[in-house]
Parts: sequence; structure tokens; C-alpha cells
Amino acid sequence: MSQKKPEKLVDENDVRLDSRGLNKLRPIKIEVGVLGNADGSAYIEQGKNKILAAVYGPKEAHPKHLAIPDRALLRCRYHMAPFSVEERKSPAPSRREVELSKVITEAIEPAVLVEYYPRTSIDTFIEVLQADGGTRCAAITVASLALADAGIPMRGLVAACAAGKVEGRLLLDLTDVEDKGGEADLPLAWMPNLNAITLLQMDGSLTIDEFEQVVNMAVEGCKQIYELQKEVLKAKYVTVKEEVEE
Amino acid sequence: MKSSIMVRVKQKQIAQLVSLGKRLDGRGLTDYREIQLEVGVAGRAEGSARVRLGKTEVMVGTKIEIGEPFPDVPDQGVLTVNAELVPLASPTFEPGPPDENSIELARVVDRGIRESKAIALEELCVEPGKKVFIIFVDVYVLNHDGNLIDASALAALAALLNTKMFKYEVKEGEIKVKPGYIPLPMKNYPIAVTFAKINDKLIVDPWLEEEQVMDARITITTDKDGKVCAAQKGGYGCFTTQQVLEAAKIAKEKAEELRKLVVKG
Repeated sequence: MSQKKPEKLVDENDVRLDSRGLNKLRPIKIEVGVLGNADGSAYIEQGKNKILAAVYGPKEAHPKHLAIPDRALLRCRYHMAPFSVEERKSPAPSRREVELSKVITEAIEPAVLVEYYPRTSIDTFIEVLQADGGTRCAAITVASLALADAGIPMRGLVAACAAGKVEGRLLLDLTDVEDKGGEADLPLAWMPNLNAITLLQMDGSLTIDEFEQVVNMAVEGCKQIYELQKEVLKAKYVTVKEEVEE
Repeated sequence: MKSSIMVRVKQKQIAQLVSLGKRLDGRGLTDYREIQLEVGVAGRAEGSARVRLGKTEVMVGTKIEIGEPFPDVPDQGVLTVNAELVPLASPTFEPGPPDENSIELARVVDRGIRESKAIALEELCVEPGKKVFIIFVDVYVLNHDGNLIDASALAALAALLNTKMFKYEVKEGEIKVKPGYIPLPMKNYPIAVTFAKINDKLIVDPWLEEEQVMDARITITTDKDGKVCAAQKGGYGCFTTQQVLEAAKIAKEKAEELRKLVVKG
């Protein structure tokens, strides 16, 4: 089943296996309002990643002792479908998924006006249906759209994108093989409205200078994703407006 | 935590002090608390260390077992890091399976050791695909007074450097223990440095009261060559790009100081 690792991930002309340039994103397709029951939902395809996000809330917090007197409890659950990866992943939450749920919540909370809904919970469920590297970033991108689709008041959208180092070159939006075969991976979430980084993780090895370049590269990627997010949301409300006017 | 009244009262005071470049306990913004390090504190463990970072206290023990390698790296030993936030360490810790905080702590410590290639895992293979050594690093928090990540990462590194492996030979696929010990093969020395952001300023080594009022935190782990090998942002706030880059630079300098405590010579 498993494919053989190619010898070179980036060729001498700086072209990657999927024929992308070094600072290019994978093709991205986003939809909002894709699920019937959820208060808000969104779907993203970024390269081979396919991720769904749904938002339920604000609603009464359960269990009750978790309710916060002066703000809403925001919870994001990142979960991978057992069939989303090469070898079946057990559906029970792994340690990785627990950590990612935590950092994704912390990446999105700065954007949400949680103080508007004290004692409630806002639950965001993220399901990775197909994974190919960079799922936590795509998850943040799609979850912030699902929150916007649910009409939750926000300070802005959060866009996320990874950058890293592969075979000595710095590149944007790593695929799974690039991440595994590369020297470093740095997922980053960016809030254009606050000009701020809301998620930053890194593993691998980078000099301080490379670290700076990779952070800046990831921020640039996030800015491009943000433009797509805005378009998708606007397009949805144009459709809604047309429907209402009919 | 942030909503409790006492914390709100202190928040103002701590934030005001930080904007003047001062802290409640008299430290400068980039000063660590006093660090005490002891090694060999658990006789039954293959290696151990206890770090006191101010009143924060963390003990780490390592154990070595023989087991199977991961299928994708059949010729390498296995590193497993676990963290326990045991209830004796803080009124906010509860018994039970690891929660997201202890999992994050373990994974940040793990990432520093793994990504800097601190342990020569390739030397811990007995029989490729079948038998390798598994290094268990168990982080045990004894008293929580803030900045568990740096204290745990430091204790973990010290415990690994203190770890002794039994000598062995392989006879017909069986491991035969020989008398004597060798140190665990180590190649790198990662050091984690954590910052809290309070009032738009970065402070190093936040203690508990600062953690309770901070907007966000960021940990940068650097290796012996000054390269960044792991990073983790936490907390419900955000950082500017400049703050992140500033943190990376300070982390590299601070790590050099801390490394001298653990790595002798």
C-alpha cells in the first residue's frame, strides 16, 4: 500500500513534487454552510486535505461546572477519521489530537467575542476526512469560517498555514511527504485584523535567521488564505441576498 | 482562572509593574528564578533529576526497556515522554488520566528532545525491526508554581544525561547482560525557554501568578548550536511577528546560560 519515498522532494529548478514553486500554496477550495443540523459549518480542500468543521452554540454549557461566569466556553475538537490516513487510525482521541484540539482552541479564541455569551459553550467540531500534511492549519482556516457562518461575533477571521525547510530550501504549505522528509515544519495561524499570530508551533531544526524567514513566509501564506476566506463568505451572503429578494 | 477576583486584582498590579520593567518578585523581565538541580535522586531509575525553579519542583526519572521499534524507523530506539500532573503538586490538579495540559507538557518536552536528536537513537537498536531499547522519560510535577515546561525540559535533559545503560551482548538473538554500565548515548542538549506576554511585553520564566494573568505564552527550544528545534505557543492571546522573533533571540541566549547548569565541561 505505502508509496515509496521519492529521492528528491524539490528539484534543481526549485519545483516540488506536485509541480508547485517554493512559496506557493496548494489549490484551495472552500465552502460554507455545508451541513444541515449545525449552526454553522464549512468544508475545505487544500491539496489532498479534506476537512469539515461544524459549530454548535452558543448553548448552555455542559457539564455545568465548566461554565465561565463572564464569557463563553469555546471548545474546538480536532479529530481524524479512521480512514483519513494510510494506516487506519483508531477513532479514540490520540495524544496528538488532544494537543491539537488545545492549540487550535487557543488559536481561535482570540478571534471570538466570547464575552458576549457568558455561561454558554460554543463547540466547534473538526473532522479530518482525508489528511495530507498541514491538517491543523487547514482545520483552523475552516473552523474560523464555520464560526463566522454560525453568526458568532468575531474580531476577524483566523487563517493558518505552515512553512518549513525541505532539502535546504524554505517552502510554504508542506505536504505530508515534505513534512516527513524535510528538516523543519512551522504551522502558524494569523489574524489579519489584529495583525497577530495566534498559533505557532515548530519542530525540526532552523537557525534564528531561517526561523524568521519561515515565520514571515507562513504569514504571507496566511494572508493569501484570508483573501479566499473573505471571498467565500461574501459569495455566500450574495447568494442569500438574492434568495431573499426573489 | 482569569475570572477569579484575586487574579483580577493582581492582574492590574502585575501588568503595571511589567510596563515599568519590573516584576512582583523583584526579577528583571528576562531573569529566571533561582534554579537548583540534583541528579541521581531516584535509585531505581536508570537516570533521574530534580529541578527546582523557584518554588516549582519537577522530578524526572528514566527507565529503559527492550521492545519493538516503530515500523517506519525499524533501526532506531524509541523515545517516550509522559508527564504526570499529580494532585499533590497543586490544588488545581486532579487525579485521573492525563488531561490536555499534561499531554501538551509531555509533547513539548518530547519535541525538544526528539527534534534536536538529543539521544543517539540509532545506537539503541539491538536487532533491526525486532528489538530496540525504549527510553521512557517520566516527568513528575511535585510542586506547581509556574513554568512547568522549562523546569520539565531541564529536568528531562539532566535525567537523560544521568542515565546509565547496562552493558550487553547479543547471543543468538537474545540479549545477555554483562557487568558494568555505559552512559546513554547523547548528541545534543535542547533547552526550552518560555515567555509570557503581559501588557504587550515578554517576560521570561513566568511564575504561577504571572501565568494566571498572562495573555499568552510561547516556548522556544534551542539546541547546542543555537538552532531552534521546537516552538509552541499557548494561551488564549496572540503575539506579533516581532515578539515571536524577539523571543527566539532571547531564548537562544538564555538557553546558553541554562545549558551550563546541566552539561558540564
